[in-house]
Amino acid sequence: MISVENLTKRYGPHPAVDDVSFQCEPGTVTGFLGPNGAGKSTTMRMICGLTAPSAGRATVSGRPYRELPNPGREVGVLLDASAQHAGRTGREALTLSAYTMGLDRREVAAKLDLVGLNAVAAKRRVRAYSLGMRQRLGLAHALLGDPRVLILDEPANGLDPEGIFWMRGLLRDFADRGGTVLLSSHLLREVEAVADRLVVIGGGRIVAQGDKNELLAGGGTVVRARDDAALRRALERAGLSPADSSEGLLVQADAEAVGQAAADAGVALAELRPASGGGLEQLFLTLTAGESTKESVR
Amino acid sequence: MTTTTAPADGAVAPRQHTPVRRPSLLRLTLVELRKLVDTRAGRWLLITIGLVTAVIVILQLIYANDADQTFVNFFTPSLLPVGVLLPVLGILSITSEWSQRTALTTYALVPRRERVVVAKLNAVMLTAVASVLTSLVVAAAGTLVASAIGGAGTWQLDGSLLLNAVILQVTGVLMGAAFGLLLLNPPLAIVGYLLLPTLWGVLGEMVKPLRGPSEWLDTSKTMEPLFSSDAVTGEQWGRMVVSLLVWMVLPLAAGLYRTLRREVS
Repeated sequence: MISVENLTKRYGPHPAVDDVSFQCEPGTVTGFLGPNGAGKSTTMRMICGLTAPSAGRATVSGRPYRELPNPGREVGVLLDASAQHAGRTGREALTLSAYTMGLDRREVAAKLDLVGLNAVAAKRRVRAYSLGMRQRLGLAHALLGDPRVLILDEPANGLDPEGIFWMRGLLRDFADRGGTVLLSSHLLREVEAVADRLVVIGGGRIVAQGDKNELLAGGGTVVRARDDAALRRALERAGLSPADSSEGLLVQADAEAVGQAAADAGVALAELRPASGGGLEQLFLTLTAGESTKESVR
Repeated sequence: MTTTTAPADGAVAPRQHTPVRRPSLLRLTLVELRKLVDTRAGRWLLITIGLVTAVIVILQLIYANDADQTFVNFFTPSLLPVGVLLPVLGILSITSEWSQRTALTTYALVPRRERVVVAKLNAVMLTAVASVLTSLVVAAAGTLVASAIGGAGTWQLDGSLLLNAVILQVTGVLMGAAFGLLLLNPPLAIVGYLLLPTLWGVLGEMVKPLRGPSEWLDTSKTMEPLFSSDAVTGEQWGRMVVSLLVWMVLPLAAGLYRTLRREVS
């Protein structure tokens, strides 16, 4: 469980992160999306107590990160795969952390094995690692303390397609077993396959957040009834195909058609509204385009 | 193997923990000690410190007069070169976290940064004490050899000299660590540590009005009595404390403040 409330970071007059709030629930993977320089990493560093926020607060498992007695056992963090001592071996980097957390030495071998770094790779110095190997080492590091929460910044960077597929499976599995995952990316397609929820940030502000299916749907209508099963039967009978979303049933039809179908079946509605977001992809493209022009001018 | 920690199918499951305790300061100190030796650079720095001690004793065995080949004369000269290298160890222990960017991992695992800093100071102070022990052992070996090949081989060593040696090396390594904490950048901290006191010493010699304060602030002068076998006087202690306040305590305090507030990225 990660809770971010009105998090703000200003460098001088320029806000890098501006009033950002979202929550990550256990059992879900939240994709944190935004172009480079949108404030993703700064937000993640603030969650992890590495950067002091100018305003707002963040908690992990109900407590501010800095107050967690042994954070590595609660939250696995991978903020930058390159931030490892080049002169240490992969195994040594994990051993230091395992010892800090008070873990059994065997965890190191187990996690190296899990991320697919074999004995030869583990004995090599990190200097000789490819970016993909560093990401795997970073992931092993994040998983080392068997945490309940994972915070990963651009973990797919440098992984080959097979590696990305493997990582998705790992994160999906982690969430399905009750874990909370927050992972960032600047590529919509990259998180689309694994995330349940999306939080989109641009220029330091949240521009969209919610259920992935709902955000990615091309508009549509969200509808809810006290008896959702009856509503579903009514919609199907009317030839509308309802899909599940976190906020109710999502229907690719306008509100009038949905309301009529429900009325015909005698189902009382609790909610009927157009789905928010809609053209997320369009929105994201606009954001990315705007940001990259800004960056090239800077 | 009866228990495996990772599920065999390669899956990861978040587990419910019994309440976990924070790592003790002893544990953190042991981790920091390990960090001093687990890279090639760190290991060689320590080996160099040991070698310097040995080389000085060997040179004395070859070139010093037989009468001067005593335990004290083997022990004291090794303190100076080791005393130059130890602060570098102190500096690197602190600054390599930032230059190698491991601070990101270290402070994510131990968000109470002051505990990491205290553990690092413990680790380098222990290393300084170990260096004095090494000097003692090497000096003892030298004395044994000297008495076998016709040197004086006298064993006398004042307890106060031993205490002075420990004070010299521990304050030296802490001064280095303080500069590291303050500047957080290896080349800057090493140059700053080596240059500033020297510059101050030169200025103290050249500029007359500075000569007075220099007696109290130039560590190369104020620490000098520690090398002699004469008892250190009250005023000499006073000067030492004043110079250490300026070159050790002040940068330690300012550096701790800076390290605690700095953004880790």
